[in-house]
Amino acid sequence: MTATAPLSLANLTAHYGATKVLDDLSLEVGAGELVSLLGASGCGKTTTLRLIAGFLAPTRGSIRLGDTDLTALPAHKRNIGLVFQNYALFPHLSVLDNVAFGLKQRGIATSEREARARRMLDRVGLSALADRLPGALSGGQRQRVALARALVIEPPLLMFDEPLSNLDAKLRIDMRVEIRQLQRANGTTSVFVTHDQEEAFSISDRVAIMDAGRIRQLDTPEVLYQRPANAFVARFVGFENLIDLRVTARDGARVTAEGAGGATVTLDQDQLGAIPDRFVLATRPDGLRVATGETGLPCTLGLRTYLGRAYHYQAETPVGPVTASGPLSQPLEPGGTAWLAPDPEQCCILPPEPA
Amino acid sequence: MIRRLSPPLIVFAILVYLFLLGPLVIVIGAALSDTTYLTFPPQGLSLRWFEKIFEMSAFRRTIVTSLQIAFASTTLALLIGIPAAYALNRYRIVLPSWLSTLFVLPVLVPEIVLGFSLLRSVQVGAGVPVLIALLLGHTLIVLPYCVRVISASLASFDFSIEEAAISLGSPPAKTFFTIVLPNVRSGVIAAFILAFITSINDVSVSLFLTGPGISTLPIQILAHVEQFFDPVVASVSVLLMLLTVAVMVVVERTLGLTFLAK
Ligand SMILES: Nc1ncnc2c1ncn2[C@@H]1O[C@H](COP(=O)(O)OP(=O)(O)O)[C@@H](O)[C@H]1O
Ligand SMILES: [Mg+2]
Repeated sequence: MTATAPLSLANLTAHYGATKVLDDLSLEVGAGELVSLLGASGCGKTTTLRLIAGFLAPTRGSIRLGDTDLTALPAHKRNIGLVFQNYALFPHLSVLDNVAFGLKQRGIATSEREARARRMLDRVGLSALADRLPGALSGGQRQRVALARALVIEPPLLMFDEPLSNLDAKLRIDMRVEIRQLQRANGTTSVFVTHDQEEAFSISDRVAIMDAGRIRQLDTPEVLYQRPANAFVARFVGFENLIDLRVTARDGARVTAEGAGGATVTLDQDQLGAIPDRFVLATRPDGLRVATGETGLPCTLGLRTYLGRAYHYQAETPVGPVTASGPLSQPLEPGGTAWLAPDPEQCCILPPEPA
Repeated sequence: MIRRLSPPLIVFAILVYLFLLGPLVIVIGAALSDTTYLTFPPQGLSLRWFEKIFEMSAFRRTIVTSLQIAFASTTLALLIGIPAAYALNRYRIVLPSWLSTLFVLPVLVPEIVLGFSLLRSVQVGAGVPVLIALLLGHTLIVLPYCVRVISASLASFDFSIEEAAISLGSPPAKTFFTIVLPNVRSGVIAAFILAFITSINDVSVSLFLTGPGISTLPIQILAHVEQFFDPVVASVSVLLMLLTVAVMVVVERTLGLTFLAK
């Protein structure tokens, strides 16, 4: 397969009319790497792909693929493989002609392009359907044709815009494994857009978490999941409890911090890393344990939910409502008083959120 | 599948067909009558009123004019209407909404008024020759149909298909012809037929714009029935119908096939 190339987006800003949709976005995707853009609907994922594909011109910034500056290159000369959410197959062309379309544009002779298209259809397991029209295929089959059509031109860059959203759950998982295997085998640099966290984490080398036209954090799924860099990303990956705290006393590695309502917690810098004077303590429900030992954050227990491995409690504390967890062996009654202790293994220290 | 139809439904369907086809039967019958006046049912059978059409130079000339105007105005309306419908749908989000309304305005204006204002401005005012004025007038009345019908086709067209083609290396202009047009083929054919029929049957706009020596078939029929009551109007109407059907079949065949061959 063709040499793959690193993709580099530098300071991309994009507008639709007067509305700013992308705000100074920079991103480096290494050669052969698969990076996902993950974020809620409307955060600018598709816009980013449209800029790279050349369907929209950035107001500012540049796009490079290997040694080529794509920024001013017309879309049809960019040589990028695209896979769309709604497949975007050519309804009037057979499956074979759909796959061969890109080769035809490259002036490749009929016999050779049909041979190559058939080989690619074989790889996605659809050789038997070569002569059908797209209308006669199932969703999963259509997306395989779209994948074959994008791969057959051997592009140095592949881009996927929520390619699995229209498929049912089981197929979605099969397809994402298949996409990842094909991408690995070809070593093609890839950008994968999705709003599904599990999908992004399972398929990617690195994930860029986006919000309001910016990348909030770009890292491996492991780091994102365990060490989010800011409150937005923390909430996104399930750190439900974000507590604003201010350091009141330092004693070696031990730090005492106070929150709203005068509640105090004691934390250990050896376990959590350096703690600045103002910070946010982030935990998932599993990282905030209910205890009756009268140390930690006092709270009034609310609703208890059974989750199989633990109980979760809605709890009211001086610093606001939180979700905590408790062992199955000791169910506690709503209305009772308890104390919450953060588990240092499952906590994060984040910079304070700008007001 | 429901195979058995209820008797009231059958009766109703037959009534609808009678209502639709009745006038056709009467006109065809009258055209074949051997009498010198319009009558139905026909008395005796003869094709002489068809022969008569071709003996009358006014009919011969106006048939040619009508066909020319219908073809030219339909073609012109498609040349304007296809790109317009494309732009209206492709850039629907960024274009102001009144823009698509603009293309239906001619339908909202009573054709009599349209004809009269064209007469005043284009023909008398700007001194445009009769044939050109007719062509402009007809283009104006058929354009809304073209834009609407093709827009309806494009509304269900997924423009990411176009982007897919471009990303695979097909330049935008080429993509329009190889990817977009084939997928709105049925809309273009429908627009062609609708526009052609509208033009060839038009009376109100043509009435104002026809001039010395140049007239269209419906206007000539009108002029003829004012003076005569012979079956020639019926036979010429039948001929007009046959011509229209022939055009429809030809368009369906040629446009349909050329697009498919791409
Ligand atoms: N063609 C358009 N015209 C105007 N605004 C648009 C257009 N496409 C997208 N937007 C806006 O730009 C923002 C980002 O959109 P998009 O990139 O499609 O988000 P995502 O793919 O992450 O869901 C959204 O607020 C959306 O409403
Ligand atoms: Mg999107």
